[in-house]
Amino acid sequence: MPPIISRGFRGRRDDDAPSGRVPPGQYVTRDFPVLSAGPTPHRPLEQWDFSIVGEVDNPRRWTWEEFRALPSEEVTVDIHCVTKWSKLDTVWQGVSVDTLLDGVETAAEYVVQFCDGGYTTNLSLDDVTGGMAWVVFGYDGEPLEPEHGGPARMLVPHLYFWKSAKWVRGLRLSATDEPGFWEVNGYHNYGDPWQEQRYWGD
Amino acid sequence: MDWRVAEVVNVVAETPRAKTIAFDVPGWPGHRPGQHVDVRLTAEDGYQAQRSYSIASVPDGTRVELTVERLEDGEVSPYLTDELRPGDRIELRGPVGGYFVWEPAQGGPLLLAAGGSGVVPLMAMIRARAAAGSDVDTRLLFSSRSWEDVIYREELERLGGDGLTVVHTLTRSQPPGWAGYARRVDAEMLAEVGPSLAELPGVYVCGPTPFVEAVAEALVQLGHEPHRVKTERFGPTRG
Repeated sequence: MPPIISRGFRGRRDDDAPSGRVPPGQYVTRDFPVLSAGPTPHRPLEQWDFSIVGEVDNPRRWTWEEFRALPSEEVTVDIHCVTKWSKLDTVWQGVSVDTLLDGVETAAEYVVQFCDGGYTTNLSLDDVTGGMAWVVFGYDGEPLEPEHGGPARMLVPHLYFWKSAKWVRGLRLSATDEPGFWEVNGYHNYGDPWQEQRYWGD
Repeated sequence: MDWRVAEVVNVVAETPRAKTIAFDVPGWPGHRPGQHVDVRLTAEDGYQAQRSYSIASVPDGTRVELTVERLEDGEVSPYLTDELRPGDRIELRGPVGGYFVWEPAQGGPLLLAAGGSGVVPLMAMIRARAAAGSDVDTRLLFSSRSWEDVIYREELERLGGDGLTVVHTLTRSQPPGWAGYARRVDAEMLAEVGPSLAELPGVYVCGPTPFVEAVAEALVQLGHEPHRVKTERFGPTRG
C-alpha cells in the first residue's frame, strides 16, 4: 500500500542532518530525552560491581575501582531510540565489552544485560563483541548522570537504544536466547534501526 | 506491525493547547488502556515523519482517540492540532507497549500521577475503569499549569466518586479562591493524596521527564517499592 498523503503536511526538513545517518522513521534531536520504565535507581559506587556470569568457566566480577582501572576508550557514535529520536555524534567514555570478555571461555551464543531496577535486555554475543559494545561511565567528558543510566550503562549503538541498558550491573551468558523486558512487552527481539525493527512482527 | 489508514471523524479542543482527535481505523485490533500508537505523516514529495502518542479512549470498535498537546517547536503536533479536520487521513499503527498498562481486572488500589498531557494514558485507564463499573480505589493526582490547562477537566469532575478521587495541583496560576494545591508535586502531597502505602497501590506516573523523575523519586523515598511504580516520560531533559 503506498503511503497516504497527509493533506497540507510539509514537515520540517532537517537540512543539517547528514544523509545516510538517520534511520527510517527517526528524527534528529539535540536534546537527550530520557526513557525508563520505572524510578531511577541510585546505586552508591561502593555497592556497585559488574559481573560476567552464566555459562562461563569462571565468573568475573569487578568493583567500581577495579572496573575504572580497566583500559577505557572514548567513542563517538550515533544513537537511535525506538521512540523516534536519534542523536548524532554522542561522545562516551567506557570499557569495551571485548575487554571484559577477554579470556572468558564460553560456549554461549547469547547474552542478557541485567541491571539495578530489574531491567533486562537480550542480545546475541556477536552483537556485543568485535568493537560493537561498551560499558560506559562517562558522557561528554562528565560522569554519566543517573537518569541517563549512571553510574554505568551499556552502549550498543548499532541497535535501538533500549538494547543499551541503563544501570547495568553485568552480563549473563547463555546458550539460549531469553527475551528481556521490552522484548516480552511488544518490542522486536533484535531491534535493528536500519531495518526499522521496532515491534513484534516488524 | 502494519500501518493502517486512520480517518479523522472528530476534533475537540480540550484546552487552548490540546485537542482530542478521534479516528476511524478500519481493522483496528483493539488495545489496552495505557498503550500508544505510532503516527506517520507523509508530505506530497514523500517526506515522512513519525511520532508516538498515547491512546486516550477505551477500546471501542474501530474508533481510536488521541489527545495531542501542541508543542510550539514541534514538527508533528502542530499539524495534528491545527490542520486536521474530519475526513482527513493519516496513518497509524499499534497498539504498542505491554508494560504501562492497567485493565480493570488487575484491581487496585491505584495511584495515578499526571503532569500535563501525561494524563492521556491514565485517562484511558480511568475511562476503562468507569466503563467496567469498577469501584477500585483510584486516586488521580494531576499537575497542570493553570485551571484552563486542565485536560479532561469536566469529564474528570463527572467521573469522580465511586472510588475515584481527582486532586488537582496548579503550578503556575490559580483561579480566584483556589483552595487546592498550588505547587509542584512533592512527597508530602503524594502522601496526602494516598492510597496508603500499606495497601500496596499500583502506581502509574506519566508526564514530562522532570515531572516523572521528581515524582518517582519522591514515591521511592516514601517507601513505595520501585517495581510497583511504572513510569512513562516524554519530552526533552536538560542539556
